[in-house]
Amino acid sequence: MKEIVVTENLTKIYNKKVLAVDHVNLRIYKGEIFGFLGPNGAGKTTTIKMLVTLLQPTEGTAFVNGFNILTEPHEVRKNIGIVFQEPALDLQLTGKENLDFHARIYGLKRDERKKRINEVLELVNLKDKADILVKNYSGGMKRRLEIARGLMHYPNVLFLDEPTLGLDPQSRRAIWDYIKEINKRENVTVFLTTHYMDEAEYLCDRVAIIDHGKILVLNSPAALKNSLGNDLITLSCNSTEKLYNALKSEHWVKNLKIHGEELFLGVKSGEKRLVQIINLASELNVKVNFVNLRKPTLEDVFLHYTGRKIRDEKRDFRREITIRRMRR
Amino acid sequence: MRFLELQAIYIMWLRQLKGFVRARSRLIANIIQPFFFLAFLGIGFSTAKFATIPINYSYLDFLAPGMIVMSVLFSSMFAGVSVLWDKQFGFLQEVLVAPVSRLSIVIGRTLGGSTTALIQGFVVLFASLVLGVKISLSGVFLAVIFLVLLSFFAVGFGLAVASKMEDIHGFQLIMNLVIFPLFFLSSAFFPIEGLPSQFKMLVYLDPLTYGVDGVRGSLVGMNYFFLQLDLLVCLVLAVAVLLVGAYFFKKSEV
Repeated sequence: MKEIVVTENLTKIYNKKVLAVDHVNLRIYKGEIFGFLGPNGAGKTTTIKMLVTLLQPTEGTAFVNGFNILTEPHEVRKNIGIVFQEPALDLQLTGKENLDFHARIYGLKRDERKKRINEVLELVNLKDKADILVKNYSGGMKRRLEIARGLMHYPNVLFLDEPTLGLDPQSRRAIWDYIKEINKRENVTVFLTTHYMDEAEYLCDRVAIIDHGKILVLNSPAALKNSLGNDLITLSCNSTEKLYNALKSEHWVKNLKIHGEELFLGVKSGEKRLVQIINLASELNVKVNFVNLRKPTLEDVFLHYTGRKIRDEKRDFRREITIRRMRR
Repeated sequence: MRFLELQAIYIMWLRQLKGFVRARSRLIANIIQPFFFLAFLGIGFSTAKFATIPINYSYLDFLAPGMIVMSVLFSSMFAGVSVLWDKQFGFLQEVLVAPVSRLSIVIGRTLGGSTTALIQGFVVLFASLVLGVKISLSGVFLAVIFLVLLSFFAVGFGLAVASKMEDIHGFQLIMNLVIFPLFFLSSAFFPIEGLPSQFKMLVYLDPLTYGVDGVRGSLVGMNYFFLQLDLLVCLVLAVAVLLVGAYFFKKSEV
């Protein structure tokens, strides 16, 4: 498979003290939908801004379609399309005019411009709204227009920074389907960031979990989930430690962790093991309060690698604010 | 390559024009404000006597060129500063990530800003004619040159300010502390002859003085300096400030 985005020790330090992106090494292949999954302030947007040449890395570099972001930013820009986290449309222009602006600033010739504007409008189903001023668009329509715009100049890679942030569930669904569709039809590699588990799971061929600027693990969503075990058992009891120690030595326990008051176990066949665990607990005189058996989700994977939930209350606001302010 | 840059300049220019026409309330305010100044100040001061205004000219004749300069100046400044709006609404990122040089972006925006400013200048010029100002139409061409230079200066200034600022509030401050005083000093409202000598020095130091004087000289006469001097000062000013503005804009990260 051909690599299309490669990063080498890509690093960004803000203000000489906030390490936003920490020696990230990535290989993204042509044609895939690749996802960066992580909480706010994990360094997702900073990574994207470096890849699209809007921010200078502090250390390391990256290549997009073979072009170095440091030395050949112009070539990189021709090869990418981007949808920013915050809308970046001119509200005073119509949808079509926004696309026309983009087409011209990317140097498309007149005939091609016309043809392509129609094509991308059709792709995101905005043809009948093309001549309305963008300030009258809904949030979902703006997003769709931005995706269409990102595709105008036939990019090799399309970057989507939190593509469904702030959208209602129905619009989110629609955006997801558009993303899948363009990935297939336009044969464009998609690099997206998200902090929604369901989004990463539904869309991405491969997901990298990123936290505090570091990539913790990278694989397909299915493989990530399976790495925890086929089934996941969560259990709360009056003596977590005691049960933990007893279970540690059992060969069938694939993963064992304590998060807060709860015990997490990854196992192969949950139904059978569940009984075994309960029996073991009563042998040890441990009182079980509740048990839960389910298939692992990406949320569990995230919890497993970071020790916290993705939308944790204990967020590092100071870090988030510094990063947010600096990358403008 | 060159085609791409020209396209970028053109579309930046066109966008500025469309924004100008579509922001109705701003359009109306920008056109009506100098008109009010012109009419009310002109009529209000019509009985006041300035010893240095020739007997066959009225105060209104003296004031009108200054008002034309005002409308061009403020609207150009606004065009430069509108980068801030783009920043705030995120659109600047779309522009900065495009494969065109930032210089082309600056040129496009400057030309767009100047075009809209000149349109407004002409509206005030027309209003002056309607109010009976004795404008010599043969001087209009020279006045346009002055106005273009003044507008480059103002766009450049606006760009520089906008690149260094986070939000729109700082712009208000700059307007009130820098632009208004400079404009009031510029001899737009009063003749330079007969001013107290220290004050006169201040007026000499104000670069806008030469712009106002130049436009006045070309449209109605009554210029204080030689027009060649006015032109030279305006030219140097426009080039220098525009370069500074472009430089700051190039440096700004999003």
